[in-house]
Amino acid sequence: MAESIPVAPSPARAHDHEHPAEPGFIRKYLLSTDHKVIGLQYMFTGMAMALLGGFLAYVFRMQLAFPGIDVPLFGVVSPNEYNSLITNHGAIMIFWVAMPVLIAAFGNYLIPLMIGADDMAFPRLNRLSYQLFLVSALVLLASFFVEGGAFGGAWTMYPPLSASSEFNQTPLGTTLFICAVALEFVAFLMGGINFVTTTMNSRAPGMRMYDIPMVVWMIVLASILFMASVGPLVAGAVMLLFDHTLGTAFFDPQRGGDPILWQHLFWFFGHPEVYVVLLPAVGIVAEIITVFARKKLFAYKTVLYTAFGTGVLSFTVWAHHQFIAGIDPRMANVFTITTLLISVPIAEMMFVYIATLYGGSIQLATPMLWALAFIAEFLIGGVTGIFLGASGSDIYLHDTYFVLAHFHYTFFPIAIIGSFAAISYWYPKMFGRMLNETLGKIHFWGTVIPFNTIFIPLFVLGAAGEHRRIWDFAQFPELASEPLRNLDKVATVSLVIMLAFQAVFLFNFFWSLRRGQKAGKNPWHANTLEWTTESPPPHGNWKQMPTVYRGPYEYSVPGRDADFWPQNEPA
Amino acid sequence: MSARPIATTRSAAGMPTGRLAVWWVIASEIVIFGGLLGSYVMFRLGHDAFADQAAHTNTWIGAFNTFVLLTSSLFAVLGHKAADAGDGRRAARMLYLTAAGGMIFLTAKAFEWTTEIQHGFTISAHTFWSFYYTAAGLHALHVVAGIVIMLIVAAQARKNLELQRVELIGLYWHFVDVVWIFLFPLLYIAK
Ligand code: HEM
Ligand SMILES: [Cu+2]
Repeated sequence: MAESIPVAPSPARAHDHEHPAEPGFIRKYLLSTDHKVIGLQYMFTGMAMALLGGFLAYVFRMQLAFPGIDVPLFGVVSPNEYNSLITNHGAIMIFWVAMPVLIAAFGNYLIPLMIGADDMAFPRLNRLSYQLFLVSALVLLASFFVEGGAFGGAWTMYPPLSASSEFNQTPLGTTLFICAVALEFVAFLMGGINFVTTTMNSRAPGMRMYDIPMVVWMIVLASILFMASVGPLVAGAVMLLFDHTLGTAFFDPQRGGDPILWQHLFWFFGHPEVYVVLLPAVGIVAEIITVFARKKLFAYKTVLYTAFGTGVLSFTVWAHHQFIAGIDPRMANVFTITTLLISVPIAEMMFVYIATLYGGSIQLATPMLWALAFIAEFLIGGVTGIFLGASGSDIYLHDTYFVLAHFHYTFFPIAIIGSFAAISYWYPKMFGRMLNETLGKIHFWGTVIPFNTIFIPLFVLGAAGEHRRIWDFAQFPELASEPLRNLDKVATVSLVIMLAFQAVFLFNFFWSLRRGQKAGKNPWHANTLEWTTESPPPHGNWKQMPTVYRGPYEYSVPGRDADFWPQNEPA
Repeated sequence: MSARPIATTRSAAGMPTGRLAVWWVIASEIVIFGGLLGSYVMFRLGHDAFADQAAHTNTWIGAFNTFVLLTSSLFAVLGHKAADAGDGRRAARMLYLTAAGGMIFLTAKAFEWTTEIQHGFTISAHTFWSFYYTAAGLHALHVVAGIVIMLIVAAQARKNLELQRVELIGLYWHFVDVVWIFLFPLLYIAK
């Protein structure tokens, strides 16, 4: 500490004299450095992008089920538009929904509150990272309105399609797309450095490594994983940008480049990235199931070390995306083995959660429903990954709807179910009021049931040989059989139903802001520190900064009257 | 300066928050340069033609720039020492010298690139040159950023403010230096 400047913060409020008058709207909401405001900015931006991503899915699903139809609110979908729609749907959902909501929104909101700090270690860096993120989203949106339209070469941006506008026909759209993705990476690198440093250094007195709530650990591990995997792709994005705009030939085989190099750079990031979004969701679920089963987390350290192990292993599996890209079959064997290995830690986490539930006094409140749904649905995603990891079956299944169904059974539980779990659980803390339970349950079933009826048919379609990224199956008579076309219709209708049910959520969200029951400090009787302050917490979070005496999951401890034991309560 | 939050002043991990963060910045940058240079090395091993192109780089300017950067790093160390001793004026002077080293580096680079481009070795002339300009360009960008930050830190250090930052910018500068130590043999010496 000797080297830092002697600001001498009094535990009372080092902040108070900084804000003499009530700041105006812009200062308070747009230029705030408060981690809670920034967290909510990320959340609302992510939610807006989710609506956009959902709308894109609606448009291209309509085209798939009813080829050539004049899609309400959009119009007739041309082949190029179709490609742009699926490309941007995927990119938006991963980079502008899953990451900002799961990592940035909850990371920002929760980390300081759960470790007992008054803010992030670097509040202004934090604000900058949000602003950069916002710019990246705007750049992406702008790409829809430039000449030639938005990029349509798939979220994986494989060259040569992405490297030359001669092929992709979207000269500006491609450039903007690559820039948007690269900016988003930089924003999350800055955010991640802040998360990691804050958690390492700014913990409340008494909070040791194993007293850190699981969700904080998971967000930190995800940030490190992101940091360690994205670097080569940042370099790759620059190379791709140069190929596309300056005429270099990094990825152009005709002029001495290598398109497979891009696939390596992309998937070296791409596979760890799926764990980057998985881990925060796993952490969120840990917080929720312990509270609503009133039980200690089964095997805290095992979960933690499993997550470490998964992170390390996740760097060794990337080429399972390239089994048919002409890689050496002996290499394919190696990657098959590592891929099958990585399902072991994932399965283990699932078992640990089931063991946590076992014998608990389970309350099926909305957050708990979401958490349980996460476990059940993610299981299907993980299990189908094994079929794809075995190179033999993958050669058949690759780039079919089976793959698509597989990763939606992983991403949807993570990004959508996980986010709803977290929003319904922490909403009382964020806004001081409870969400409506009945509406919450209607929304839950209205989301989860259609989700399954969208993607189960797609497993069948994929196994029957239907390829992804095809505009109109009527052009492929052998795939256009009546039963298969009908499955496509089932999926599309289910999607429309699911999207309609999101209105229930939005209504509940905004209605409860004013009309919801007052939440009080700790409506769920939870242990972690965020529940020991006001809802919503004031600027600086606590009047008296907390001290920590125990781990986060001391529920139903024998010999105590209350079935919970807040982390900050002296023994 | 606004008051710092308590979060910034704590150090549960036993290292000042600023230094910890700079190490993480460096870690994330290592992977970026690692990916780029790793790709380059893979190409290099697979394509003999790279060596013919590399023969046209100017090893003397490269060596001169290596010398300049290493020297500037020495000033960064002296600046850190002065800051530790509480001598902000001297620390600032050392940082100005470090920044000057960076500027000499950039000037030599500009001269070198101009000559090469005039001889037809543009970024799209051959994949070797694509890597050459991309890697060195990315590095030069870091040099520019380093100089700007250095001047800001020095301006404060002169008034004996935020002296701990002298060490932090020094750490970053050493990293930029080390990247060049990798670039120099890879792009210039291996012919
Ligand atoms: C953390 C949860 C997971 C997520 C978010 C996820 C996500 C994805 C995504 C996005 C793709 C397709 C990329 C594309 O081609 O556009 C994919 C494909 C694949 N996944 Fe997963 N996955 C997860 C878990 C697993 C597991 C546990 C395994 C294996 C044990 C696995 C094995 C595979 C394989 C082999 C492919 C490539 C299939 C192909 O393209 O032929 N995944 N996954
Ligand atoms: Cu993968």
